[in-house]
Amino acid sequence: MTEWLHPSILFIGGAILIPFLRGKAQKGYLLLVAAAAILVTFSMSHGTFWTSNFLGQEIIFGRVDRLSLVFSYVFTIMAFIGITYALHVDDTLQHMAAFFYVGSSLGVVFAGDYLTLFIFWEIMAFASAYLVFASRKREAIEAGSRYLMFHILGGVCLMAGILLHYVDTGSFLVGPMEQNGSLAFYLILIGFLINAAVPPLHAWLVDSYPDATVTGAVFMSAFTTKTAIYVLVRIFPGTEILIWLGVIMALYGVVYAVLENDVRRLLSYHIVSQVGYMVAGVGMGTEMALNGSVSHAFAHILYKALLFMGAGAVIHMTGRRKLTELGGLYKYLPLTFVLYMVGGVAISGFPLFSGFVSKSMVVSAANHGGWPIVALLLTMVSAGTFLSIGLKLPYYVFFGKDSGVTAKEPPLNMLIGMGLAAFLCIAIGVSPDALYGVLPYPVHFEPYTADHVTGALAILMFTALGFFLLLKRLDPEPTISVDTDWFYRKGVRVFFWFVDKPMTTFGNHIGTFFFHSIPSYLIWFSKNPLAALKIGMENVFMRFCRQPRRKQIEYRIEREKAIYPGDIIKPWPIGSTVLWITLVFIGHLLLYYL
Amino acid sequence: MIRKAVNYLGDPKNIRRHRITLWIILALVFIADLLVPRAHVEHLWDKIPGWSAFYGLVSCVLIIVVSKFLGYAWLMKKEDYYD
Repeated sequence: MTEWLHPSILFIGGAILIPFLRGKAQKGYLLLVAAAAILVTFSMSHGTFWTSNFLGQEIIFGRVDRLSLVFSYVFTIMAFIGITYALHVDDTLQHMAAFFYVGSSLGVVFAGDYLTLFIFWEIMAFASAYLVFASRKREAIEAGSRYLMFHILGGVCLMAGILLHYVDTGSFLVGPMEQNGSLAFYLILIGFLINAAVPPLHAWLVDSYPDATVTGAVFMSAFTTKTAIYVLVRIFPGTEILIWLGVIMALYGVVYAVLENDVRRLLSYHIVSQVGYMVAGVGMGTEMALNGSVSHAFAHILYKALLFMGAGAVIHMTGRRKLTELGGLYKYLPLTFVLYMVGGVAISGFPLFSGFVSKSMVVSAANHGGWPIVALLLTMVSAGTFLSIGLKLPYYVFFGKDSGVTAKEPPLNMLIGMGLAAFLCIAIGVSPDALYGVLPYPVHFEPYTADHVTGALAILMFTALGFFLLLKRLDPEPTISVDTDWFYRKGVRVFFWFVDKPMTTFGNHIGTFFFHSIPSYLIWFSKNPLAALKIGMENVFMRFCRQPRRKQIEYRIEREKAIYPGDIIKPWPIGSTVLWITLVFIGHLLLYYL
Repeated sequence: MIRKAVNYLGDPKNIRRHRITLWIILALVFIADLLVPRAHVEHLWDKIPGWSAFYGLVSCVLIIVVSKFLGYAWLMKKEDYYD
């Protein structure tokens, strides 16, 4: 037990102490825990630790290999950056939620069996949902609820898949899944794809991230989708459908980002887009592609967090979140602008920045693996990425028409958090070997070849040309774009209308028919069955008659109805009843003897 | 220093200069991409001179046109759509 320390213990265990500390002591403690976690992960050696037996099943908390290590490195580094950025926040619960969130993500990464994985997976969903709720606005509570419900759905899917997988194989151990297309295979895959935000299961992300707190969104942008990439690399490498899903999601995010007006929703659509590269890499499944996915996840966590921090700083200092309401901020927030741009250039894949050395690995893997169309489409996406993140967003926030908003630079801790992330984005881009050295497979890839550098620059700079030529067309508009969350936001109204109108009306009719119409008819009938029958028969008879006879019968029926039940005895004296009964008996006797 | 640089970038008086700078950069990148040796190209399109520049520009225009078309035709709604 002592040879290895689970970093989740530091975060989840450490979270419990946070409420007992106040002010500076609390801030110092938060940083200390995050720094300790970095130290712990970077001094880890490979092996399997903290195993136990639960109901006859092997439980593994610590499966440490190259794949889990590289994710734990970036997760702990990111936790430190995120906490630095959030230091000015005086919301103990939010800090605790962030700690639980980071801790459970690390729990998923080191989990060696599905039960452990599932438990941490669910803690992640709840802890991160709190980061949305913590905004305490009506829209945030609603978006957070939708977020939570969608993740619970994903959790149910995952759990069902895990149990079926256990029935099939008799094991809960996590490992590459047999590509047999069983129900368990697809249920687990869907559970993971929900967290990876693969369309059409992605709407929870772009719905909730823009409503999370400024600091919470930074954490969210880093952990949920990337733990999903981790488990996909671990369990579903080479699942070919993922290549095309990845390409579709990469393009999907780009298209929506062009239309988007909300700053952080625009960035969220580019999470979907960038995770598309990673999903496609997992689908290709070659060593180079998987390396590409992992390194892109590593780089993405840092530059995307940087972008969210930059956008968050603008929102924090101006109180506005829409491109149409912002503009001309370069005079007031030059540092924020420069730091944001480091992220924007890194995500676009400019040489000497982190995106260049990781994204190109996925694209090259597609080229080498025999998917040239995939490579072409992913290259097109990188143009779209630069267009929205590197040009459109900064242009309309920091330049463009002056919105008249004034602001000050954000607090020092926010700038330091952004500075750390920016430093790493450049460091990875300048010397990628440090990152390549910790990837799961040996790397045989050199990003800095002359044609590759000039090719990337040409793509990006001519994208910039296109942007400035079509600048007027790109002016942001105060709209929102319908996405697949329409189905549960509007769809639920259709459902309620259906329940309210046709279903209820139908139900009411059934009620009236069985509990009102039939009984009252029976009561009416039993008051004078013979007269009632007579009326009924006359009704039928009338239908075969022509005018004017028909009119006469109609008139008679009216009269009979008016006096109904009338005098029951008079038209049917006892004598005739006796006669009828006698006839019935005779008939019966005849039948009996025949 | 950063403040000065950013102010220079954002000052509306300098737009003409920025435009010239952009054209110069584009020309340099385009020429560099033409001159670079391509010994190990794998696909047909990589052999077309100026392919990257062309593809970058076309991608950008295509993405803007297609997105805006989809947006106006179908996706974009008023902000109170869900209220």
